[in-house]
Amino acid sequence: MDTTRTSEAIDQDRRRLLGTAAAGIAAAGAASLLPSHKAAASTSDGIRPFTVSFPQEELTELRRRIAATRWPERELVSDEASRRIWSTPATAGPTQGVQLATMQKLMQYWGTEYNWSKCEARLKALPNFVTEIDGLDIHFIHVKSKHRGALPVIITHGWPGSVIELLKIIDPFTNPTAHGGTAADAFDVVIPSMPGYGFSGKPTETGWDPGRIARAWIVLMKRLGYDRYVAQGGDWGALITEQMALIAPPELVAIHTNMPATIPPEIVKALASGGPPPADLGPDEKRAYEQVAFFYKNGLGYANEMALRPQTLYGIVDSPAGLAAWILDHDADSYALIARSFDGEPEGLTRDDILDNITFYWLTNTAISSARLYWEHTQTAKAGFFDAKGITIPVGATANPSEIYTAPKSWTERAFPKLLHYGRTDKGCHFAAWEQPKSFTDEVRATFKTLQT
Amino acid sequence: MRLDQLAAVLAFGFCVLSAPASANPVEDRSIRPFKVYVPQAPLDDLRSRIAQTRWPDRETVDDQSQGIQLAKIRPLVEYWGTAYDWRTAEAKLNSLPQFMTTIDGVDIHFIHVRSKHPNALPLIMTHGWPGSVLELLKTIGPLTDPTAHGGSPEDAFDLVLPSLPGFGFSGKPTDTGWGTDRIARAWAELMKRLGYTDYVAQGGDWGSPVSNAMGRLAPAGLLGIHVNLPAVVPPEIAAVLAAGGPAPAGLMDKERAAFDALSMAAKMGNRSYATMMGTRPQTIGYAINDSPAGLAAWMLGHPGFSGWTYDKTDPEKSPDEVLDDITLYWLTNTATSSGRIYWEYGGGRSPVFAGAEKTSEVSLPVAITVFPGEGYRAPETWARRAYPNLIYFHEVDKGGHFAAWEQPELFSAELRAAFRPLRQTKQPSHSKGTTNVSNHENAP
Repeated sequence: MDTTRTSEAIDQDRRRLLGTAAAGIAAAGAASLLPSHKAAASTSDGIRPFTVSFPQEELTELRRRIAATRWPERELVSDEASRRIWSTPATAGPTQGVQLATMQKLMQYWGTEYNWSKCEARLKALPNFVTEIDGLDIHFIHVKSKHRGALPVIITHGWPGSVIELLKIIDPFTNPTAHGGTAADAFDVVIPSMPGYGFSGKPTETGWDPGRIARAWIVLMKRLGYDRYVAQGGDWGALITEQMALIAPPELVAIHTNMPATIPPEIVKALASGGPPPADLGPDEKRAYEQVAFFYKNGLGYANEMALRPQTLYGIVDSPAGLAAWILDHDADSYALIARSFDGEPEGLTRDDILDNITFYWLTNTAISSARLYWEHTQTAKAGFFDAKGITIPVGATANPSEIYTAPKSWTERAFPKLLHYGRTDKGCHFAAWEQPKSFTDEVRATFKTLQT
Repeated sequence: MRLDQLAAVLAFGFCVLSAPASANPVEDRSIRPFKVYVPQAPLDDLRSRIAQTRWPDRETVDDQSQGIQLAKIRPLVEYWGTAYDWRTAEAKLNSLPQFMTTIDGVDIHFIHVRSKHPNALPLIMTHGWPGSVLELLKTIGPLTDPTAHGGSPEDAFDLVLPSLPGFGFSGKPTDTGWGTDRIARAWAELMKRLGYTDYVAQGGDWGSPVSNAMGRLAPAGLLGIHVNLPAVVPPEIAAVLAAGGPAPAGLMDKERAAFDALSMAAKMGNRSYATMMGTRPQTIGYAINDSPAGLAAWMLGHPGFSGWTYDKTDPEKSPDEVLDDITLYWLTNTATSSGRIYWEYGGGRSPVFAGAEKTSEVSLPVAITVFPGEGYRAPETWARRAYPNLIYFHEVDKGGHFAAWEQPELFSAELRAAFRPLRQTKQPSHSKGTTNVSNHENAP
């Protein structure tokens, strides 16, 4: 990378990547004379095939930066506590953040053995598209089932995830007979990259809050010709899916969420007061209360920063170590899972899984553009992330034990009057589709079974 | 630490600057002369990293509401990587008498400038985050040599400017517990070691809770404190702010203005940096330890800098002023270690609350100056409630969070006025620097 490299140059790279899609068909290989984003707008309703390709020099540059990492000294508290599942106050130990030992193992592997091209090949092998919606290029993966009557589903990732966290479920969803299901379990799958994420465009104006993304997804499904479909999501994907359900277009028949927002108003109030759990809570409710209270007290630093000052995080755009640490420190339990993976005890997420996703953020230079979703949410949000939002269409909900909070059945039934399914899994953190694709698939199938034709 | 050791440390850029000595029951109490020398290699490495900065796209708003704007930070970082010269700052530091001494297991770096006037009042003054001793340098002349700066010999101070543990050239603690009380005890030990039997303390930003703690612990010899980020917010107001509620009825105008400023700051997220470092200093540390642009933006994200242009329009807030400070953090690799003071304090708590700071226990005389550009203007009514022995309260018309840096003459005049009554309690023939005096006098 030369020393005059600028953000415009990087944006040009991105446009080149995106442009490759448009030009790929007409003139394979003529990537350098491509039109910019804006010029592509002339085919604004069109759906263009998209080819994934990253220049080798970007990967070389990434390795150079990894090798040149300037480390801080070790944190001052013990590593022990954060190796366990500790999302309740009873088991939480003090933490100062991602441990140096974990980071050094990660960076050592990332800078040497790790091979991005395997992930790139996986992405490339899928049908990728770009279409412009509401002035922005939206990238999506679209895999149709061979089974007739497959139910279309739009699945939305979150932060710090990406379409990569959803790759493991594509085959079980579209090809159920090869994964313990029947032809009646088949889905046509649409997996978009949120604005500012992955290969989607980066908004240059404000206003892309979860509601606007939900409206764009409704346009996308319409554009794909789907007049009866369902939606699914976790993390931001859950919020956006819930926003779709609140808009409730007639073609959206139901949703499934693996991070259900169920907290009742009186509990929201109790949490805001910072007090102990109300005395009349059942055991599941009490645990959920403690989980959320713990998260609000100890775990919101990253979200706070991105919600209030995303642009100040220049360091995570310029430093691979900075980006990796920032992404690892999402929630206590998934961090513990990831840390154990780098300690040689992978369970659900491998080192490659984790680095595929981080590398994807790095190569697309989306660390800050993705963070702006938190800022956008703060501008317009009327309720907290986990607060019940008043959804009236049919909903399936899965409560994973190591999610930020495990939604109790009682709250879930109150939050979603038309509850199709409530499932509790034995195992699973925040990234359910990525970490536990089998139980995730079972849960989504169970939710939508009655809707499949 | 010997100079060659320091040079080696800085060349590698990621070491603990002090050898932990806490295991040793008999601590080495010597005061060693100290000079800054940064080898060329880390300076070259810094320039090379700056040249290779990978930038994000521009923020999507036309103001500071998403953080430091690209168009503001980028020219600064580009200047940093080209024309900016650290050696000027290094020479400025080395023109001052600097020392190192080990206290409670951590090497403490400090500047120690004695006045030529015989009855000078010893003053220990503490910087904050993202500041350093550099933010205090402009007050050295007015405070130690008042006759050259519009004052009289009776206004003179002997000045001690320590670097907080984990900051600048001080050592980085390798154990937890270095909160403001422990720092206060270390400062009392430092003053004792320097032979001062009657002295005062001052601070802004983190220097304020450190000075509050000194006032509360009341070590022998401490006559009083002056703070410019006082902890006066009463408990009932703190509770309303924590709950995000509306202003309580019955507030006086200045109380209402202070409430509104604090409430707005909370809503605007002015303390998100504090929440991050208060809970996860290590996580943000990786990015700002590795990326010069990341460090610069993180430091300039402090709301105290929000009105700074760091262009050439204001010499007190020039690019060199902020870059000296940022470069000091970079070269000493203290981005992570300095953030831990927030973690020690707990969460993202602000040190302006009287209850948290236990100001009712500060029995020593307290003086306060309110600078108009500070995050909130402490009302006198609250100040009188908070500090039982308030001897001085004054609102001035200029200056912000970094008062000593921005308005050194005015700041110095405030300290002269604030501490004047305490000089009378001093013995005219106070002992001065009897410990290690030869060491000092021979200092380079």
